[in-house]
Amino acid sequence: MSTNVQDIHEDHHHTPSGLMRWITTTNHKDIGSLYLWFSLLMFFVGGFMALIIRAELFEPGLQLVVPGFFNQMTTMHALIMIFGAVMPAFVGLANWQIPIMIGAPDMALPRLNNWSFWILPFAFTMLLSTLFFDSGGPAAGWTLYPPLSLQGGNSMPFVILSIHLLGISSILGAINVIATILNMRAPGMTLMKMPIFIWTWLITAFLLIAAMPVLAGAITMLLTDRFFGTSFFTASGGGDPVMFQHIFWFFGHPEVYILILPAFGIVSTIIPAFSRKKLFGYDSMVYATASIALLSFIVWAHHMFTVGMPLAGEIFFMLTTMLIAVPTGIKVFNWVATMWRGSMTFETPMLFALAFIILFTIGGFSGLMLAMTPADFQYHDTYFVVAHFHYVLVPGAVFAIIAAVYYWLPKWTGKMYSESLGKLHFWLTTIFVNLTFFPMHFVGLAGMPRRIPDYPVQFADFNAIASVGAFGFGLSQLLFIYILYNTLKRDVTAEDKVWDGAEGLEWTLSSPPPYHSFEKAPRVE
Amino acid sequence: MKRIIYLLALVLPSQILADWQVNMPRGVTPTSEIAYDIHMLMFWVTVVIGVLVFGAMIYSIIYHRKSVGHQPAKFHESTKVEIIWTVIPFLILVACAIPATKALIMMEDTSDAGITLKVTGYQWMWEYEYLEDGVNFFSKIDNKSNNARRLNSGKDVNNVENYLRNVDNEVVLPTDTKVRLLLTASDVIHAWWVPELGGKKDAIPGYVNELWINIKKPGVYRGACAELCGKDHGFMPIVVRAVPKLEYEKWVSLKKDNRVAESQNIGR
Repeated sequence: MSTNVQDIHEDHHHTPSGLMRWITTTNHKDIGSLYLWFSLLMFFVGGFMALIIRAELFEPGLQLVVPGFFNQMTTMHALIMIFGAVMPAFVGLANWQIPIMIGAPDMALPRLNNWSFWILPFAFTMLLSTLFFDSGGPAAGWTLYPPLSLQGGNSMPFVILSIHLLGISSILGAINVIATILNMRAPGMTLMKMPIFIWTWLITAFLLIAAMPVLAGAITMLLTDRFFGTSFFTASGGGDPVMFQHIFWFFGHPEVYILILPAFGIVSTIIPAFSRKKLFGYDSMVYATASIALLSFIVWAHHMFTVGMPLAGEIFFMLTTMLIAVPTGIKVFNWVATMWRGSMTFETPMLFALAFIILFTIGGFSGLMLAMTPADFQYHDTYFVVAHFHYVLVPGAVFAIIAAVYYWLPKWTGKMYSESLGKLHFWLTTIFVNLTFFPMHFVGLAGMPRRIPDYPVQFADFNAIASVGAFGFGLSQLLFIYILYNTLKRDVTAEDKVWDGAEGLEWTLSSPPPYHSFEKAPRVE
Repeated sequence: MKRIIYLLALVLPSQILADWQVNMPRGVTPTSEIAYDIHMLMFWVTVVIGVLVFGAMIYSIIYHRKSVGHQPAKFHESTKVEIIWTVIPFLILVACAIPATKALIMMEDTSDAGITLKVTGYQWMWEYEYLEDGVNFFSKIDNKSNNARRLNSGKDVNNVENYLRNVDNEVVLPTDTKVRLLLTASDVIHAWWVPELGGKKDAIPGYVNELWINIKKPGVYRGACAELCGKDHGFMPIVVRAVPKLEYEKWVSLKKDNRVAESQNIGR
């Protein structure tokens, strides 16, 4: 029945078919799917680079790549995973979910929406093409610190232009999210009745608008330093290399929360659904999210405690950074209180969400340790930091994205995925993610610097374990692809309300939802 | 075969392979010791919080599940508990911040130093200048490591003594002396780091950063550049040999004699 309704609408709008459907689409679901597929592709591209890194680090000595290429891999892996995999995945989820969760027919600015997606393939083609240049791709780390980044080959202007494009795409996407959330909610849905995922995305969108232009400014100054004779960041011309780091991290720290706040929203949606109990402390969750976002603008220099700041600066940034633990702690406590005395079941999305809470919290603990400036002098630029941010990004952001896909996939496709395969995917992923990243804490504390292609033999054992884990993790994700394929091929239709404990407007729609999600706005009591 | 051993090591909780160091070294300077103490303080704080939070979570997962017939409760907010779990973590953080701030003040106090060592980072070596004693030299990775580390060098790096941790010219410093390091760089940003001597500091072109160390125990301490500085970033080790003051003075005069001899040779 629902498919008939959809066909009628498509006829009515004369939607092009085939490739042109995807290029010209202004539909939030089509664009959401494009974002998600693109993100998956980039996840594998970036993952492939990570495996080159881990293969080289499997044992001491150089076996596979030269150091220059190794540096290109670490740089590209980060840029691809941050800007290509995690951010587009969240925008894809926003596109799919915001209209159907707030009772709107589509996003507020559909043509802009099309454009924000279609910038991405061009930007990443340009970024990846630099790997085939004679002088190679960018090799100064994703943070692009001058003066090292100014030494780079011809890739630099291409990298900078592609980051500009990614920034434009993100800002346009953020504008669209804000416009949609503020203007198109169903009657009766006040701000404090919005689903928590919507709240986290609204705050994330403001962070994007505030932070991305700062990055654009910093990299433009790099560009003029390199090609137009300015000396913003070169000491020999009166410039200041440390200023770049300040500007970069003024963007970079809010960016960290751009990568995790929507994940908080996803977990805050999934935990109540499978605990069959309302989210504990909705109001405090909203305030905690907003506090984290505000604090994220006054902690940036904790990424650069070793540059030789004045004592007062070091103390200030240590204290503000420690303060972030308070709202983050509130979130974790609220999740546990939501589960407390619930009636839990453990379907795949719930498993990923539970693993998120534990492993993200472990990443938070190492974050708290890193906040302590005296100890950070030892941790800084070691594998301890690598372990920390991979714990918050992989079993953090990536697990939340995977959880969201399992949670809403039946709604999107109208088909149910295989629960046993989903659980297998979960266990493989969780075991290997820990095998990869936990030993990195040890080698980091024992003194292994990050971003090195080769290491003293004392670090060999844990590095070998991490490499085995990384290959296991990478191969387990092929199972994810198979599960997606299998879901689309299977003949198991999903109900409209897929999960009995789930709440929200999206479950009042058919599975899959009609082409123009809510043609008539529902009333929220 | 080695790969099989590694795979076995994953399942056997054994000590069959060389080095399983899992923690930060306590080190031999007041600054490394205080960093270690703050590190362990925070470690135990997080362990306690982790046990409580994960304990509650696991208890809930075991007992509050549908399959054991648990019915969901109805509560979903409580201002009282929200205040409790805002205030208690805040107080814990204040309690941690006090010793950390004290430590920081101590670590940043470079006054009253006995000798001053200027360290300059280059791509990819270090230059050391003993400002009072007028000794200076360059220090870079030793030839054995440097030959073995090349791609397809055909050498087994496990047979190279102190692979990637040896230099041609070691830094010699006196023990029980406050040494002030002045750090700068000539090309890109580097960072000077010897874990057992305490925290690292960046060496930045156009800047002179300060760091102090006071080595309490004679010995050889090894470190490396810790800030990505280009293709050979992984190959610029640091070796500090700490010796008693008298021996240090002998070393200085020997270095000076060598220099005089060298300059005479050049003059001839």
